[in-house]
Amino acid sequence: MGEAIVVTSGKGGVGKTTTSANLGTALALLGKKVCMVDTDIGLRNLDVVMGLENRIIYDLVDVAEGRCRVNQALVKDKRFDELYMLPAAQTKDKNDVSPEQVRQIIESLKPDFDYVIIDCPAGIEQGFRNAVAGADQAIVVTTPENAAVRDADRVIGLLEKSKMAPPKLVINRIRPNLLRSGDMLEIDDICQVLAIDLLGIVPDDEQVIKAANSGEPTVMNPASRAAIAYRNIARRILGETVPLLQLDEKAGVLRKVKKFLGMG
Amino acid sequence: MAGKPRITIKGVREGLVFLLDDQCGFEELLEDLGAKLDKHEQQFTGPIIHVYLKLGARAIGEEDKERLREIFKKQGNLLVQSIESDPPFPDPGEEAKPVLHTMTGIIRSGQTVEHEGHLLLLGDVNPGGTLRCTGDIYVLGALRGIAHAGSGGDESAIIAASLMRPTQLRIAGVVSRPPDEWASDDPWMEYAFLREGTMAIDKTTSLARHRKQVMQFKGV
Repeated sequence: MGEAIVVTSGKGGVGKTTTSANLGTALALLGKKVCMVDTDIGLRNLDVVMGLENRIIYDLVDVAEGRCRVNQALVKDKRFDELYMLPAAQTKDKNDVSPEQVRQIIESLKPDFDYVIIDCPAGIEQGFRNAVAGADQAIVVTTPENAAVRDADRVIGLLEKSKMAPPKLVINRIRPNLLRSGDMLEIDDICQVLAIDLLGIVPDDEQVIKAANSGEPTVMNPASRAAIAYRNIARRILGETVPLLQLDEKAGVLRKVKKFLGMG
Repeated sequence: MAGKPRITIKGVREGLVFLLDDQCGFEELLEDLGAKLDKHEQQFTGPIIHVYLKLGARAIGEEDKERLREIFKKQGNLLVQSIESDPPFPDPGEEAKPVLHTMTGIIRSGQTVEHEGHLLLLGDVNPGGTLRCTGDIYVLGALRGIAHAGSGGDESAIIAASLMRPTQLRIAGVVSRPPDEWASDDPWMEYAFLREGTMAIDKTTSLARHRKQVMQFKGV
């Protein structure tokens, strides 16, 4: 029986879909059987980020309304055999499915997969309730901005009311130079306010934008620092102890060699 | 009133206790009492018996007390020792002393906690969260959101926090916005109170002077 993890944030544009796509791919990279579910009905993005848009035949609403079976709607990834995606409908809206319907779909996916990653829409309305309905765990994504932290706090409050395990935090799009100059919220301060376990930090990386536009998740590119961060998060989900990414480390070749030789 | 007798007589070691009903009219009660004493006249002869009257919730004036005594004086051996009423019920609005209620948890953005009386919160109030009490607010944690003490209008209410970084403080009808009005970067525990109608902040150690309560357990 797999585990269903919802990726949520409250605020839009903090990187829920990017995090979902990269965590799903990273878990597949680590040999797990993963299904990603896009619950952002009407504004689906996950398929675009994964580069699977042109393979969609059925979607979540079709499954919910019984027009097809879950297996028929699943889109297989082009890179991994064990990675699937259940796309959201683009023509409907969030009120066209109920939390109970989504819960049943997630329940039917869990026996076949190790992880079901649910990409949640922004906001705390029907779409949020749908996405959270079937989840066993939650990952809250935020950026080091006051507005995003405020919304993350609100979402954590809502998640705590459900019977789910305490949510885990991912701080996305950290800019080490701003952090150093003191112009960005400190990671420690964010953790103190939100008071939940930190699952990982992801530095801001131009590779992420490039990768999303080409339909190739960032994790596939080991030269990207965000990719390493996402891989670390995936390993932590599997229960490994991985230290937090060192943000101010310059990835110079010489330094890498030194580190490899145990001199760094 | 058929089921419940208006007058109940109990024998105690010191004498007799008369429990008088507090729901019926006073005149009826006096009538009943007189009738009852007359009926049992022969029993009330002999050595002097002390009588204690308990009136329940009924409060009466001196005049009415005298009338009660008159009735007993007719019986030669009954001596009224005391006439007592139950202490009046405290008015929950103002008289009731609010008890300190303890709550554990984090008040997050969008959440509001309301409480009648004093509240001790073991946890934080995050930005966007609201804590509202009719009494005092004590936060054993960080106060980063809105705290409203004395929401019923009590201007003597205070707000104390381990870490005082509120978005807004309110006591009774007074609203204050840090850091426009006051800023606090001090690492010690602080409390907010009203000084002549404006919000003031001080160290918690000064609270003893502000409140002037007698500490009973102080060593000699």
